[in-house]
Amino acid sequence: MPDGPAVAVRAAGPKAKKRVRSKPQELTTMEPSAEPDWPALIGRIRDHRDRDAFARLFCHFAPRIRGFMMKSGADATTAEECAQDVMVTLWRKAHLFDPARASAATWIFTIARNRRIDMLRKQRRPEPEDLGWGPEPETDQADALALQQDSARLKDAMTKLPEAQRHLIERTYFGDLSHREIAAETGLPLGTIKSRIRLALDRLRHHMK
Amino acid sequence: MMSAMKTKIKHHIEDRHLLAYSAGALPEAFSLMVATHISLCDRCRAQVEAYDALGGAVLEAVTDSSDAGLDRALAAIDAVSPEVTPRPEPAKTGVIPAPLRDYIGGDLDAVRWRPVGLGVRQAILPTSGEATARLLFIPAGAAVPDHGHRGTELTMVLQGAFSDETDSFARGDVETADEALNHMPVADISADCICLAVTDAPLRFNTLLPRLIQPFLRI
Repeated sequence: MPDGPAVAVRAAGPKAKKRVRSKPQELTTMEPSAEPDWPALIGRIRDHRDRDAFARLFCHFAPRIRGFMMKSGADATTAEECAQDVMVTLWRKAHLFDPARASAATWIFTIARNRRIDMLRKQRRPEPEDLGWGPEPETDQADALALQQDSARLKDAMTKLPEAQRHLIERTYFGDLSHREIAAETGLPLGTIKSRIRLALDRLRHHMK
Repeated sequence: MMSAMKTKIKHHIEDRHLLAYSAGALPEAFSLMVATHISLCDRCRAQVEAYDALGGAVLEAVTDSSDAGLDRALAAIDAVSPEVTPRPEPAKTGVIPAPLRDYIGGDLDAVRWRPVGLGVRQAILPTSGEATARLLFIPAGAAVPDHGHRGTELTMVLQGAFSDETDSFARGDVETADEALNHMPVADISADCICLAVTDAPLRFNTLLPRLIQPFLRI
């Protein structure tokens, strides 16, 4: 699928073809919307231990994490504890966020999900082998921007799904369905985002050689 | 030489299981299977991370306007020292990928095998009771006796290869078997075959519990 804004970035000049080392806070050319540049704020935590950046992330995401936990069956106190834990984890692990592979919401979701498995199901969640990030933290700016835009489109697409379908997806992620009941058809076009992530993985594999 | 780039994986984990892994709905043994497979398979890893993006979209859509305690969080981050651990080094993949090594407590030489007959050996790995995980050792050229399955069973090759009535399976390949499959896997003659197998065949303790309330009983 052609990708308007990302193509525009790539066509901006011959330099755009090169792998430019960049930091997330340079991602200021998001498509116009009210949405703050979350990756840039996480970058400011990583580089400057920026408490204001943390406060902005917190005000947006902590209530959502809390709501997510309550919909997953946690009581209010537990849900709030989880939200606190998850946000402190974001603060501590900001250097591990890779904007070419995940949006801020996606990354925060994975931290919250793991916390939920830990607290509500009292289980370990085996994680895949880490691919590392090459010798230096390195992110391709255009790839990161494109991934953020894919994520924004996915969010939009989900709000436009028929109610019943969206409800089923939410129940899947809130832990209402057992693994036997989960069906993979989401009705959403996940192929674009999957190809983008695959490219980022290929680049990491290349660095590992 | 064992790096994932060189591994040609033909048989992948089904999307429903990858989605369940992303949603956090898999029993621990199945999560171990998915984590082990996607350590070798970037196709399935990308699929899992795409499902994570969907989880991110679900999180974004949650509405909750209540105050979640910013002051408390600010005090908490002032108290934690910034994490100085460098980005993790890429793991060196031997026969056993990292997530599985955690459960074995080492590489292949740390496995505590128990004979189950006809030269076949197994080692049960410690996971939560909803499903079981074990390593299987099938001597080169030997067969696992014809058997069916009660629940869903996933088998992934770590070393060597095996074939059954359906196809052949090499390192990284996963066979998904359910009640409908009766098969007799035979290890290739070239090498002893080592597999990770997980099954959700219900244990007698939880067969009577409705599945939906089970997670809540574990609180």
